[in-house]
Amino acid sequence: MTPYSPQPSAPLLAIRGLSKAFLGVQALDGVDFTLRHGEIHALLGENGAGKSTLIKTLTGVYRRDAGTVALEGREIAPRGVEEAQRLHIGTVYQEVNLLPNLSVAENLFLGRQPMRFGFVDRGAMRRRARAVLSGFGLSVDVTAPLGRFSVATQQIVAIARAVDMSAKALILDEPTASLDAQEVAVLFGVLRALKGRGIGIVFVTHFLDQVYAVCDRITVLRNGRLVGERRTEDLPRLDLVAMMLGRELEAAAHRIAADPAADTQAGTDARPPLVRFRGFGKARSVEPFDLDIRPGEVVGLAGLLGSGRTETVRLVFGMDRADRGEAAVDGRTLRLRGPREAIRLGFGFCPEDRKKEGIVGELSVRENIVLALQARQGWLRPIPRRRQEEIADRFIRLLDIRTPDAERPIQLLSGGNQQKALLARWLATEPRLLILDEPTRGIDVGAHAEIIRLIERLCADGMALLVVSSELEEIVAYSRRVVVLRDRRHVAELRGGEVTVDRIVSAIASEPVPAGPEGAPA
Amino acid sequence: MTLPLPGPAPGLLRALPQYGALAAVLLANWLLFPDFFSIRLQDGRLFGSLIDVLNRGAPVALLAIGMTMVIATRGIDLSVGAVMAIAGAVAATMTQAGWGLPAVLAASLGAGLLCGLWNGLLVALLRIQPIIATLILMVAGRGVAQLITEGQIVTFVSPGLAAIGSGSFLTVPMPVVITAALLAVTALLVRATALGLMIEAVGVNRLSSAGAGVNTPVVLVAVYVWCGLCAAVAGLIVTADIRGADVNNAGLWLELDAILAVVIGGTSLLGGRFGLLLSVVGAAIIQAMNTGILLSGFKPEFNLIVKAAVLLAVLLLQSPALTLLLPRPKGARPPLGPPLGPPLGPAKRESGSVKP
Amino acid sequence: MSRNWLTSAATAAATAMAALLIGLGSVQAADGKLVVGFSQIGSESGWRAAETKTAKAEAQKRGIDLKISDAQQKQENQIKAVRSFVAQGVDAIFIAPVVATGWDAVLKEAKEAKIPVVLLDRQIDTKDQSLYMTAVTSDTVHEGRVAGEWLAKQTGGTCAVVELQGTVGSSPAINRKKGFDEVVAKTPGMKIIRTQSGDFTRAKGKEVMESFIKAEDGGKRICAVYAHNDDMAVGAIQAIREAGLKPGKDILVVSIDGVPDIFKAMAEGEANATVELTPNMAGPAYDVLVAFKKDGKAPPKWIKTESALFTPDTAKAEYERRKDAY
Ligand SMILES: Nc1ncnc2c1ncn2[C@@H]1O[C@H](COP(=O)(O)OP(=O)(O)OP(=O)(O)O)[C@@H](O)[C@H]1O
Ligand SMILES: [Mg+2]
Repeated sequence: MTPYSPQPSAPLLAIRGLSKAFLGVQALDGVDFTLRHGEIHALLGENGAGKSTLIKTLTGVYRRDAGTVALEGREIAPRGVEEAQRLHIGTVYQEVNLLPNLSVAENLFLGRQPMRFGFVDRGAMRRRARAVLSGFGLSVDVTAPLGRFSVATQQIVAIARAVDMSAKALILDEPTASLDAQEVAVLFGVLRALKGRGIGIVFVTHFLDQVYAVCDRITVLRNGRLVGERRTEDLPRLDLVAMMLGRELEAAAHRIAADPAADTQAGTDARPPLVRFRGFGKARSVEPFDLDIRPGEVVGLAGLLGSGRTETVRLVFGMDRADRGEAAVDGRTLRLRGPREAIRLGFGFCPEDRKKEGIVGELSVRENIVLALQARQGWLRPIPRRRQEEIADRFIRLLDIRTPDAERPIQLLSGGNQQKALLARWLATEPRLLILDEPTRGIDVGAHAEIIRLIERLCADGMALLVVSSELEEIVAYSRRVVVLRDRRHVAELRGGEVTVDRIVSAIASEPVPAGPEGAPA
Repeated sequence: MTLPLPGPAPGLLRALPQYGALAAVLLANWLLFPDFFSIRLQDGRLFGSLIDVLNRGAPVALLAIGMTMVIATRGIDLSVGAVMAIAGAVAATMTQAGWGLPAVLAASLGAGLLCGLWNGLLVALLRIQPIIATLILMVAGRGVAQLITEGQIVTFVSPGLAAIGSGSFLTVPMPVVITAALLAVTALLVRATALGLMIEAVGVNRLSSAGAGVNTPVVLVAVYVWCGLCAAVAGLIVTADIRGADVNNAGLWLELDAILAVVIGGTSLLGGRFGLLLSVVGAAIIQAMNTGILLSGFKPEFNLIVKAAVLLAVLLLQSPALTLLLPRPKGARPPLGPPLGPPLGPAKRESGSVKP
Repeated sequence: MSRNWLTSAATAAATAMAALLIGLGSVQAADGKLVVGFSQIGSESGWRAAETKTAKAEAQKRGIDLKISDAQQKQENQIKAVRSFVAQGVDAIFIAPVVATGWDAVLKEAKEAKIPVVLLDRQIDTKDQSLYMTAVTSDTVHEGRVAGEWLAKQTGGTCAVVELQGTVGSSPAINRKKGFDEVVAKTPGMKIIRTQSGDFTRAKGKEVMESFIKAEDGGKRICAVYAHNDDMAVGAIQAIREAGLKPGKDILVVSIDGVPDIFKAMAEGEANATVELTPNMAGPAYDVLVAFKKDGKAPPKWIKTESALFTPDTAKAEYERRKDAY
């Protein structure tokens, strides 16, 4: 494609010496960052490296302590999203901040609704909303409240809103975390088109393949400092990971490349299942399915977004009430009446939408970690403060949760570290069946490997796991069995040697495998 | 300069606006009325303006104790004033009808519990928004009380019941003793158990809490029931004090004072962290102000304006936005030049971490 | 204000039904008895209940057929009641108006039907004075004056008074203060040393009196308390007693209304005087109505009820006489 070339003397965005400290944390320390016209620039780093903070400080959501930001040579100091937008900088934050009660169309055009005779022109708004979204391959009822749709759809709406408004720069903080491969491909198409129009794009992600698929340049942060800026073609993958981790990555690389075959020997199938579902399902949610999970076994759930993966695990945990079929635990038939019942049976569940259904934002990391354990013990048997601190500290160390101390409100942790704290919440209850819905979403390479290793260790200790993930390699790496879903129906169950990415993909698609990379790490 | 530490700030420091405001109001009262702090014994009972503040503040303090926990769950209870009227009506009518004190107390507190249960069920099970759910009882409750008393002020003669309002225990007025006791019991109930954590968790994020296994309906019902109980105790005190149930006026608009006390005490209407003691301090601030106005000799026409002005000042002290008006930390905006002065009082500065 | 939502719902239904029943039957009593429809505000206080009760008793005394409709504090209910009275063709309509404004339309309907209207206990705001025949109310300024004059006489014209006002801005509070102030102005030795609002309630009356006592040297500088209603006086009496003083002796207590509890207090020597706001508003209204029907004599626009002063010597008997009426 022919690049846009107005040859401006100044770069699109020039950030110099940007610093930002929170109580006890130097989140950014004199960071430089340059975004040029017509480039896609990856901003990378471990969880807590300061990526989101850089973005929020740049757009003025946080007040900067020091540093300058120049837009095409002119110094700017926006004081928030709207002001940044007026400067033609569109941003999608990591936590989608849309209004779930308003319709999709209203969310897209909030604050800039098409007007007619002094009134909002709803018809025009709906038409334009449909047009904008169809550019992203999304056709939904734009008059329905946004909150009804999946995280992925909401994410696309947020991106579409920002893209539609950013004439100069577009900043995306982990936009692909909850998108499936096709949606990612569509997004990349849009990004390339924008780039062709000379727009500069900042792209934060933990998916290295995506970096190599679309990005021209890479900037890496570590512990709030700039590690360096490179052109993508000059930076081999291993060097990139080394830059991010700040150590030789043999260990990490080894873990990522864990041999899937080693884990797939059958032979434990003779053991009685821990849980057993027969004809389990719920109208308008998931078709009835059969599922057994044995102790020490990892069962993966694969499928496209909206294929019923999340719905399945929510039924298993009792978050949603099944209306047909039966469940048995340890061979005893019972009714799953809700999460409390499930927890009593030794289940644990890390939901997909951790901000809405996972963390208790204002409470401390310690309180978040002990919450499930405490709830199971009942309010009359409080866990002594000392014990709570021990538990919290143990898991902070074990999972390498980056926080100055256990008393920090969990909402102040970076996204990946929040996820680890949630994992800690369940590990503290020593569950027999742990259900993880997208456990590695938004988690950096290092932590990603750690979580996978942890999953393996847990099941070696006899814990059963049911894991939903969009990353097929990951599923293949640790699953003994994989259940594939399509259109809210369990369509295949692969076991042993059948567990390969190819088999999963062909089970997902009855027609030939959709074109495009599946996001496989090297 | 010492920096506020991350994590839970030392209790006293965090509560500085509240204690500071209380001290300021008391000081103002003392300036207006030099005998404000003088206390003497009168018929074996402490007697003085400061005692009046505590004694008259007791009903709102009691309401605030219950209200704090309701608000911590991100709820609100508008019905407490009406519940006071009901509890008072039950107590007065039964006493007049010749029932003994234990039965009267049991029935009256029971009525409060029942009202709380009603609110709690509407909120927890039917998932009606708390402001609407409790509005029902706020409006209907006074009607119920009127039905009980047939619209009249029901007076009674019962030294036992009257003692709850105007008796004393070791020279301390009974309402103050009762409030202190209920505060202690409540604090014990929530802080010595895990209930406090669960209340806060539910208030911050009900979905997450339920997902973590917290029994959210039970927690919600429990706080409304407790709030109803606190309101009933307050209603008993008010009724016992004037030896009569004045259902049209008992507790009228006190729900608003209680909510105000909780907010002054620093518990957010958005739920989450709560402080029982600070809510009681909030009630004391409101009452100190009321008593001050009465002592001052201002014309009654000024009462509401003076009250509003003082409240505005107290709430401004706590406003997070106020910190924005304070000088920015060094280096935030180079063109602005040096900071205008040292930051005021306890306002927290965002920056200032010490680099390792 | 909708205080009692539940009861109002219930009674609204009941009144509607009653109105229907009345509407069906022919109202004009065959025996030539006068038929009067009375739209009462409600029964929010003991005094109000007594007013209703007296209206019934006085009607019976005169052989008048009285139909009462309880409005549950709502003007719309009153308007409905008046319309239904007009439809029934009663001989006269009495209204105790819940608010002062908004009556013109419905009163015009009554006027067109040639049914005389008498306002009881409260006035209304209207440009067209012909819309009603007369209003029977007390003279609240006069009440304050009577209380003040009694106090001046009792203390020989030297007295430091604390005043418990009614709800700020309400017309009885303004007028009762005005009447009392007139006496204070012409009595050099009499002074109001403190005045605050006790909101017409016992609890506030007590609280305010407590602070007055503290502010005036333990009550030593207070000669008398003047309360705009008896309820506040009852609260004040408790405050005086709890401060170790003798109400009625160390501090004189004078108030207005004449509810049973103040007679009880007087009988016990703890209160000194009350000015009665008589609940008998209907009695004078019947009298002018009968006269009007007989010889068409139009009464004056404002009939003031008597503001009688009561003192402890008759208190016991008065208490007995009243306790059932309230
Ligand atoms: N509002 C805040 N208050 C206090 N500390 C914060 C706040 N926001 C972020 N931090 C801290 O600043 C550091 C950088 O966080 P940031 O969110 O920028 O990380 P990130 O690189 O985006 O990580 P992730 O990949 O996990 O999203 C973390 O240690 C985090 O705990
Ligand atoms: Mg981030």
